[in-house]
Amino acid sequence: MRYHPHTPGDVRQMLDVCGVSSISDLFRSIPARLRLERPLDVPAATDEVSLLAEFQRLAARNRTEHPPFIGAGAYAHHVPPVVDQLLLRGEFFTAYTPYQPEIAQGTLQALFEWQTFVTLLTGLEISNASMYDGASATAEAVLLATRTTSRDKVVVSAALHPEYRKVLSTYLASTGDEIVTVPYGPDGRTDLAALDAAVDDRTAAVVLGYPNFFGVIDALPEAAAIAKRGGALAISATSEAVSLGLLQAPGALGADVAVGTLQSFGNGVSFGGPAPGFLAIREGLVRQMPGRVAGATVDRTGRRGFVLTLSTREQHIRREKATSNICTNAGLAALAATIHLSLLGKGGLAHLARLNHARGKQLRDAMKKAGFGLRFTGPTFNEAAFEVGDAQAVVDRLAKRGIAAGVPLSRWYPDDPRMKGALLSVATELHTPELIELFAQSVRE
Amino acid sequence: MANPTGWKPSMEKGAAAGADSQENGLMGATRGLAMEEPLVFEQGSPGRVGVSLPPVPAGADPAAEIPAALLRGEIAGMPEMGELEVVRHFTRLSQWNWGIDTGFYPLGSCTMKYNPKSSEALARLPGFAGAHPLLPGSMSQGALELIYELERSLSEVAGFPASVMSPAAGAQGELVGLMMIRAYHVARGNPRHKVLIPDTAHGTNPASAAFNGYSTVQLESGPDGRLHPETVAKAMDEDVAAIMITNPNTLGIFESHIAEIAAIVHAKGGLVYGDGANFNALLGVARPGDMGFDVMQYNLHKTFATPHGGGGPGSGPVGVAEALIPFMPLPVVVKEGETYRLVTDPAERPSTVGKVREFWGNMGMFVRAWALIRELGPEGLRRVAELAVLNANYVRSELKGHFNLPYETETLHEVVFDDKLQKDAGVTTMDLAKRLIDHGSHPPTVYFPLVVHGALMIEPTETESKETLDQFVAAMRSIAAESKANPEALKAAPLKTVRARLDETRAARKPVLRWTPGMKVE
Repeated sequence: MRYHPHTPGDVRQMLDVCGVSSISDLFRSIPARLRLERPLDVPAATDEVSLLAEFQRLAARNRTEHPPFIGAGAYAHHVPPVVDQLLLRGEFFTAYTPYQPEIAQGTLQALFEWQTFVTLLTGLEISNASMYDGASATAEAVLLATRTTSRDKVVVSAALHPEYRKVLSTYLASTGDEIVTVPYGPDGRTDLAALDAAVDDRTAAVVLGYPNFFGVIDALPEAAAIAKRGGALAISATSEAVSLGLLQAPGALGADVAVGTLQSFGNGVSFGGPAPGFLAIREGLVRQMPGRVAGATVDRTGRRGFVLTLSTREQHIRREKATSNICTNAGLAALAATIHLSLLGKGGLAHLARLNHARGKQLRDAMKKAGFGLRFTGPTFNEAAFEVGDAQAVVDRLAKRGIAAGVPLSRWYPDDPRMKGALLSVATELHTPELIELFAQSVRE
Repeated sequence: MANPTGWKPSMEKGAAAGADSQENGLMGATRGLAMEEPLVFEQGSPGRVGVSLPPVPAGADPAAEIPAALLRGEIAGMPEMGELEVVRHFTRLSQWNWGIDTGFYPLGSCTMKYNPKSSEALARLPGFAGAHPLLPGSMSQGALELIYELERSLSEVAGFPASVMSPAAGAQGELVGLMMIRAYHVARGNPRHKVLIPDTAHGTNPASAAFNGYSTVQLESGPDGRLHPETVAKAMDEDVAAIMITNPNTLGIFESHIAEIAAIVHAKGGLVYGDGANFNALLGVARPGDMGFDVMQYNLHKTFATPHGGGGPGSGPVGVAEALIPFMPLPVVVKEGETYRLVTDPAERPSTVGKVREFWGNMGMFVRAWALIRELGPEGLRRVAELAVLNANYVRSELKGHFNLPYETETLHEVVFDDKLQKDAGVTTMDLAKRLIDHGSHPPTVYFPLVVHGALMIEPTETESKETLDQFVAAMRSIAAESKANPEALKAAPLKTVRARLDETRAARKPVLRWTPGMKVE
């Protein structure tokens, strides 16, 4: 076994030093009746050559020959090969939580850079060192709001990603906090009158997608103002972070907390995970922030260096009084995003964002030409809901041609008759104008 | 850019002194050519870019569709660097890091074993890396088959009828475990209020319990480092929802009374949660499901060798007993004939606690864990536990006498020493750890578990050779001797790193958590 370096001679010598005659003697502390007296029932061992063939066979049963027209919270973008080559450096890859900062400055400085990128994208002052994903980051943001305001209700837009809402309700099930969901209007934006009516002196937070689940750029400034008037925190959730290269920063529009995922930068869709969740806050909320955070300091000789800090909020110090139970987060996925954002930089990010907006427009134009209008009238970025008649039938038909067409919105909104024919689809820089044209034609056929 | 790191050539003086591998024949830490490297935000030049993208087509004007108040221009403060600058930046940062690929990493309870390179190639196959989570079932059978097979094997290895795959990390797995426990009790009419947790537990245990609205009752372990049935019996009543036990515990000691303890808890209607952080010690040897555990999270980034990545992504599937199956969060993958299907609709599982992660879990980690299980097979999995336990006991035998062993009880995959023998000379666990860095090893976990004052928790894992362990032992013995002869040298350590000891108090008192223009940290 290539990962087990022990020769029979090594084992013999080591057992002698331990003063036992066999390895099984080392397990004496496990009562005999609790030991497993048979081999595990898992497939027989295999070699690397067979392993590769087996996994290639499995991978080939996932159809990925065309870039997916599905977004809905996970976005396939071009990841420059340089990202992966740097990411695979073993010193990053095989390190753990930087508990010993003198030999973890690489991880720590990169996390500090991640935090800075998140604050630049969101327009907020503070970011933590990453979360599991956008959904749990949203739930953690709401819990932060209930702790901060000592209130027990949260008002959520129905146009927030349904998976984020599901995770939120799972997280809140044991706290007893109330979730009130407000509807969306015909423009696909949150119904502001309903939102205004729902916010009261029990409301800890208002949560909106930005852009929302329908790809629509929601009414964040208005919603944030309503939250502020009610003494609640405004939380924006972004799953397509490339949009933040074109759209005004949530913090600049009144959001107190911005969450989501930066999966769009440096990370493949990977069947949904891992993804680098993020959580950014206004300065005054820092003591309630969940998760790890890197900070700058100096070493004994006065040189700048980085450490994990403000750990008195965290579970390994505060135990049951911690702000969250989160421990390991999404370090490597965050590093991938950090590398990609460094490559993009100021000009590259603006370019990528404009390119995505333009591809979204090409998709809308091509669909319009093919006879499919938009479900919602509100402005969009690179994703939109189209009226295609029977959305599920379109998905099934295109699947046979190896094209992932999008998702039927009725899957998440079965009770809304407006969603019956709605297909949510995206176009990114991976979708050439020709492919977009082919897609629109295929939907019509 | 005016020397933002504050480095001066004079700082090199003295760095060459200290633990020298040539002098004492130990592990080989010397100073390489480590480059100073500012933040990305402190370098580059206006107009540079590090990507190559298709042009933005004419005719798409965001301002024509999106209200001006919702648009922004280029983001001030973003770096502007060419590709080579970025490559050098991250290459240099990586060189400031210690990883398993660099050398020994005996960080107790974290199971820092070798992460197979072939797993990386497999996870990057376009069929996995490029598969969208919402692909129709007909287009994602390979991914679903892999999740299904991994779930079956994990359940077999731990002795449970089923496992939840979606939790994103061990701590989220704990959260899920307690959610199911709570739902189980609620279904019986009373959620109960308390969770019992031994004093050797990870901090995530009480945090996860509190998150689910439970108050925690700490149980003292006995003088042998074990939890005793009478302690549990005394604390156990019908208001206790569960007990959370790590087995082997964080002292590396097998909780040999586990079956009796589980019986006591079950008799009063409680459930037994297993923290699977130390599952590596038991692979193929014993199964938590056979010991009375009702639920346990697996940490794929520990036991199943998926990379730790500088702090994640982890993956924390959870094995459950029969009674908890109805409460499992969604999705689950089922096999119907030769077809695999994701169950996502609560209508199919009306008692589900819901959903804890968007989509289906950390698929990238599933691919790697499945690759390891496939390559090892039943014999290889058992060999993992055997060699992990052999390595830890070898280190224990070789260091005993040089360092104080607070518990004489037999240990499995890890061993905890403390600084009692060094304290008189004024040397602490932190000094020992920092000096070990100069010898070319990552330090053990320090100051944990909390029941041992000044703990040094060593977990070598099965992938380390006898030679590596011998070098580590020699380094540790040399440090033990040095702590008597020259304690000041330990206080100054580490000397060979890119940074000396860092001022953590200052970092917390005056938090600087992001770069801002003109930032100075002095």
